[in-house]
Amino acid sequence: MKKAERVTPIISTLALCALFALTACSKKENTEQSNNAPEQQQAQPAATPIDPATVATIDGTVSFDGTAPKGSKIDMSQDPACKGPNEAENIVVDNGKLANVFIYVKDGLGNRTFDTPTTPVVLEQKGCRYHPHVLGVMAGQTVDIKNDDQTTHNIHPTPKDNREWNESQPPSSPDIQKNFAREEIMLPVKCNQHPWMKMYINVVKTPFYAVTDKDGKYEIKGLPPGDYTLAFVQEKLGEQDQKVTVAAKETKTVDQSFKPTAD
Amino acid sequence: MSTNLKNLELPYNRAHHLFAIFTACATLVVITAGALVTSNDAGLSVPDWPTSFGYLVKVPRFVGGVRYEWTHRMLAGSLVTLTLAIALWTLIVEKRRWLRWLAVGALCTVVAQAILGGLTVLLLQPPAVSAAHATVAQTFFCIAVIIAMFTGKQWIEEQPRVEFDQRRPSLFTLTLLSIFVLYGQLILGALFRHHGLSWWPHVLNAVVVSFVLAWAAVRSLSLYSRIEAVRRPAILMLSLMIAQLCLGFAAFLTRVEWGKDAVQPELPMVLSTVAHVAVGALLLATTVVLAIQVWRHVPVAFEERLPEAQRNPSAA
Repeated sequence: MKKAERVTPIISTLALCALFALTACSKKENTEQSNNAPEQQQAQPAATPIDPATVATIDGTVSFDGTAPKGSKIDMSQDPACKGPNEAENIVVDNGKLANVFIYVKDGLGNRTFDTPTTPVVLEQKGCRYHPHVLGVMAGQTVDIKNDDQTTHNIHPTPKDNREWNESQPPSSPDIQKNFAREEIMLPVKCNQHPWMKMYINVVKTPFYAVTDKDGKYEIKGLPPGDYTLAFVQEKLGEQDQKVTVAAKETKTVDQSFKPTAD
Repeated sequence: MSTNLKNLELPYNRAHHLFAIFTACATLVVITAGALVTSNDAGLSVPDWPTSFGYLVKVPRFVGGVRYEWTHRMLAGSLVTLTLAIALWTLIVEKRRWLRWLAVGALCTVVAQAILGGLTVLLLQPPAVSAAHATVAQTFFCIAVIIAMFTGKQWIEEQPRVEFDQRRPSLFTLTLLSIFVLYGQLILGALFRHHGLSWWPHVLNAVVVSFVLAWAAVRSLSLYSRIEAVRRPAILMLSLMIAQLCLGFAAFLTRVEWGKDAVQPELPMVLSTVAHVAVGALLLATTVVLAIQVWRHVPVAFEERLPEAQRNPSAA
């Protein structure tokens, strides 16, 4: 065999190795240091004024018709830092009342615009669970993510319409602050280190939203009088809408019930 | 005499062959580790690449999904080193030029595979990239297995017992078809596992795969069972296919049917899906080995290649 024929593959191999080594060493930044800068916010038009003397309130209770599914126990033994009881929160029913339902004004506000709140909403990781399990936030509003556990979490939203990201947050590290630019309902968030950790962020354009508490209760304040479509969204049971009309200064009770899904 | 001359030309290197076998086994371990990552939904538990939490080799806190992802990365890194070693060793000791280039091809494949693994992390697991990562892994496994076969004593020293295949489709065509449908099955399965496709194309194609592989195995065993180099991979292929069908059924039940509302990866689902991936890799590699042995021992009979006595008198 000619010498050149023997040497060429060896040189090719070594060149390939050098290329791979360069690729591998080119990115050594410490990603445990989270990028805390929220997304750049675009300039928004001025908010449409609402007469505070005429605003109405919608409140109510969301119930669950049927036998409540038993919450699945979660096995957290793969991380000793994850302590305490933990159950799946996909359907949380207490005395027939359904928690973690997101309610928002889906339609009826026309082209009104609203100021983005300057106060952040807080998402905590505690006991290897997300608190709250369902969160509402306005588009562009800051979400302040805290890690109260003595273990590293990673926060990984998997949106359809917003930018996806995945950042780890070690114990005692600074809060991660993020925002979501576009409206998106039931945007899943998970932790790939603790696969049972799941929650949902709901990004809306208006401040008229609420999440039911453990008694299934909710309240939406400050609505201008008008005709609205109210959406009730549950992560497993889907969405149900109701038409509602509120007069000036009125407090209207709008209850809703969900039935178990066929499967 | 001719055997002795051949031996002089292609000396069997036991250490080289054993190292090639070790590399192939290591590849199966890395594939299994990768399957554990996917089944435990731990693919993004380490969010950076090529570093892991900022370091190349520092061991992170070994909990949750990090255990699977970090272990997979370290094993994969070791496999790159093994492949580099076998490639260089082959280039130094091997006289067959095509095998030297195959070793270089193996190295290129493992490097491409590592880059695909990195991309799947950096691009947050797009189904196409993750499925490509899964597919190239098994392609590399096949290359590692055939390098082990080509460096083996049997391949180097045996005088192939040749029987011409006059049937149509030929057995060689059937084995190529088997590789083709298995490869399609691998892609469909990988796309399903990485949420890029529903489960039904994979299940539907399983019927096609079973038919084609059974056809190839039955033809091999019914007509060429005298040839050990064909009989053994054919039996293994058939056995693995049956095992794979059972594992696929178990994986379907534990993941699609019973596990669809699971709040976390459950052990039966993890075990059945990981075993399904590992046995799938073994099945593909065995089919490739069978195809190569058929090509060697049961070549397709063309009219001009047939000895005079075997030719059809009416055609003459």
